[in-house]
Order: sequence, then C-alpha cells, then structure tokens
Amino acid sequence: MGPSGIGKTTLLKLIGNQLKASSGRVLIGGQDLSKLNRKELFEARAKMGMLFQSGALFSDLSVFENIAFPLRAHTALPNDMIRDIVLMKLHAVGLRGARDLMPSELSGGMTRRVALARAIALDPKLIMYDEPFAGQDPIAMGVLVQLIRLLNDALGLTSILVSHDIAEAMSIADHCIIIADGRVIGAGSPAELKSHESPLVKQFVNGLPDGPVPFHFPAGEYRNDLLGDTP
Amino acid sequence: MEFIRRTGRTSMEFAASLGRSGVFLLRAVFGLALSLNGLKLLVAQMYRIGVLSLIIIVVSGLFIGMVLGLQGYSILVDYGSEQAVGQMVALTLVRELGPVVTALLFAGRAGSALTAEIGLMKATEQLSSMEMMGVDPLRRVIAPRFWAGFISMPLLAVIFSAVGIFGGMLVSVDWLGVFEGAYWSNMQSSVEFEGDVVNGIVKSVVFGLVCTWIAIYQGYDLVPTSQGISIATTKTVVYSSLSVLGLDFLLTAVMFGSI
Repeated sequence: MGPSGIGKTTLLKLIGNQLKASSGRVLIGGQDLSKLNRKELFEARAKMGMLFQSGALFSDLSVFENIAFPLRAHTALPNDMIRDIVLMKLHAVGLRGARDLMPSELSGGMTRRVALARAIALDPKLIMYDEPFAGQDPIAMGVLVQLIRLLNDALGLTSILVSHDIAEAMSIADHCIIIADGRVIGAGSPAELKSHESPLVKQFVNGLPDGPVPFHFPAGEYRNDLLGDTP
Repeated sequence: MEFIRRTGRTSMEFAASLGRSGVFLLRAVFGLALSLNGLKLLVAQMYRIGVLSLIIIVVSGLFIGMVLGLQGYSILVDYGSEQAVGQMVALTLVRELGPVVTALLFAGRAGSALTAEIGLMKATEQLSSMEMMGVDPLRRVIAPRFWAGFISMPLLAVIFSAVGIFGGMLVSVDWLGVFEGAYWSNMQSSVEFEGDVVNGIVKSVVFGLVCTWIAIYQGYDLVPTSQGISIATTKTVVYSSLSVLGLDFLLTAVMFGSI
C-alpha cells in the first residue's frame, strides 16, 4: 500500500521483470529473472499471473478466447480439454454464462473478473494484482475482495496486492507493507499497522488529508504569490 | 550554450530512436513463427491490411489511369502520335505512379490503422499483459503485421498498375477513339519486363518495407495516451509519405538515370 504515484505499479513491473532494476535484485523462488534470456524469461513468467488495473483483455477476442489464450500459448492440450479448463476458471469467477461476450460488452467489474480468470488459467504460483478495487462499485468490490482471498486459499497461491483502498486491502491481507518516498515506512499484520506509532503510517491508515504527506504541492508563500506581479 | 545542449540532446535522441527501431525491425523480421499458428496470424493480417485496402487501390488506380489516358491523348494528338498513349500510360504507371501512389495510399489507409491499433493495445496494457503471460508481443502481434504489410504492398502496386492501364484504355480507346491494336502493341513493344516491370516491383518492395516498419514502430514506441496516439498516427503518415517520395527519387536515379 502507499499513496498514488509512489511506485507501486513500478514495483510489480520490477517483480515481473518488465522493467530492469537499476540496482538491487528480485528473486522469485530463488531465481533472478533479470539474469535469464528472453526465452527463459517468458517461460518463468508463465508461472506468474498478473491482473492489470484496466483488466487488459484482448479486445479482438471473446471472453472464452481471452482465457484460452495463455493455455493455447503454453500448452499443447487438445481443444476439448482447453474448453473444460476455461469453463472451470469462468465458473470460479461466476461468469460461465458470459463466455461468448466480447470485452466491450462487459461492465468494469466483470472485466476484472474475466481478467482474474485469465490470470489463473495456467495455475500460477504467484499472482499480482494492480489496484484491483480502483473504480469499482460496492457490489463488484465486495465480490472481488472475496474472490481474491478465496482463490488464494483454494489454489495455495502467493498473492501480491497493490492498492490504496486501505479497508479492503487490510480485510484480506496477511501481511501489509506501506511504502512512501521510495522506502518502506511500515510493515506488519493489519492489526499491527492500525496501532502503529509513526505519524506517516497513521496518516495513511486513517486517510487524513494533511500530515507528513502534505496536502499542498510544493509552492511559494501563499501571500506573496497572491500579491506578486509575476504571472 | 543552450543551443548546443539542445542540438546534442536531439541528435542523441534521434540516434537512440534509430537504433531502437533497427533492433525492433530485426526482431519483427525474424519473429514470425514458422508454424500453422503463425501462418494463420499472417493470413488474418494480410486480409485486414491487403484485401481490405483493395477497394481504395482499385478505385484510385482506375481514375489515375483514366486521367493519364485523357491527358496523354490531348497532348499527343497535337503531334499526331495518339497511338503512343498506351505506351505512355503503361510506363508512367509501372515505373512511377503504381509503386508511389500505392505506397502513399497504403500509408494513409493501412499504416495509420496499424499504428493506432498497436498504440491502443499498448495504452490498454494488452501488450504488457501478453508479456506477463509469457507470450512475446513481437512474435504474436508485431511480426505478422510486418510481414503482412511487406507482402501486400507489391501485390497492391501491381494491381494498381494493371487497373490503371485498363482505365487508360477505357478513356483513350473506348471514348476518344484510339485504335485498340495500337494501344496494346505500342505498350508491348516499349515496356520491358526487366527494365520497367521488375524495377517497379523492386520499388514497391522497398516502400512496403519502409511504410510498414514506420507504422509498427510508431505504434510500438508511442507514449500511451490519447495525445500520444494522435501524434504517432500523424507521424506515421508524414514520415512514410516523405520517405516514399525521397526514396523514389533515389531509386529512380539508380534505376533509370545514367549515373
């Protein structure tokens, strides 16, 4: 968790090695992805799922084909088996009936559920969620919160969730890390963070407008600015 | 001082962009999967880039041929040599107008569409999500589009020239009364296969490479915002048109000039 623009999505991209780190290392299952060549990297990525903020469904493929896409790309399964897997994944997110729709016909919440089904299509070991709750109505949000926890426990996944919806993220997390100014400012279980001493963590967890993170973008003296001649 | 700094920065950015696009082209060229699946992707793109461009190519070719027939006749008839109109129409089309106008139309019709499509895929994170799924977008998205454009362009140019020659005949023979036998036999005796037809095809192969390269690179490299997409599609059309016209002069000088 952390304020907007602090580099949370960048961190996820570093984990998936879509961006190269200028210093430091990212180890996944003891493996440094930045050391792999292109082919090995793509093989390693097949073991991770990522849910993008926009869903990022392929707009020229139907819901069914979107979920079948990673299966067709990475396995040599026959078509009827792919069909079974796709229907199982869609059933898990409650959208088995929507298999023939195109992505443009889905609501925002449905888009994200389909994207979730696609992210788990290859039964990954690690799944990353980039702002899964942003811009969702309360019902869709509740469904997603439950689904993420349920899938995590049922499939035995490691889930990394990036969010600034504190209440929702804390309700399902085992371990929370708050980052600001490019460093970790607080970490621990949700209960520990709620009683954290640091004013920065307090401001963030309680959603206060002003504090160590200022409300105002850096600017000159207000009075001088209003009286000044220069535009 | 500021001027020197800015010049340096611009030229470094230009060199970096040139290098990136060169590597990108190589990866696109060798990225096409030689499998049934790769073939399917290629055919689908050739339909969208080539077949769907046919209407604009055929209609433009017809009218340009008709205009050439009309203009050629009205000039040649003063010298009493209107039988040579077939030769003039065919040489103009096969050597110059076929490859060049096809490339310009291609840049406007297919090139801008390629840029916008790839750019929107980037803006909506479809390319990123493909990467995260362990599928290389260069192989899945870029390479089929590149090859489809590269193969389609010479075919479209040949169709353009052929339709144009018939357009010229429609006007000069059927309407203005040039003897049909003269129209065709003058053409046959003066248009060489190697000197004219092959050189025209070589031109359109070069234009196909350049236009498609510019279109897919602009789409892949753009800033993923609505403004970025608009700038990139504009750049595609402008850069493609300018490079086609510039390259055409160079190629003509090498092929037909006596240097």
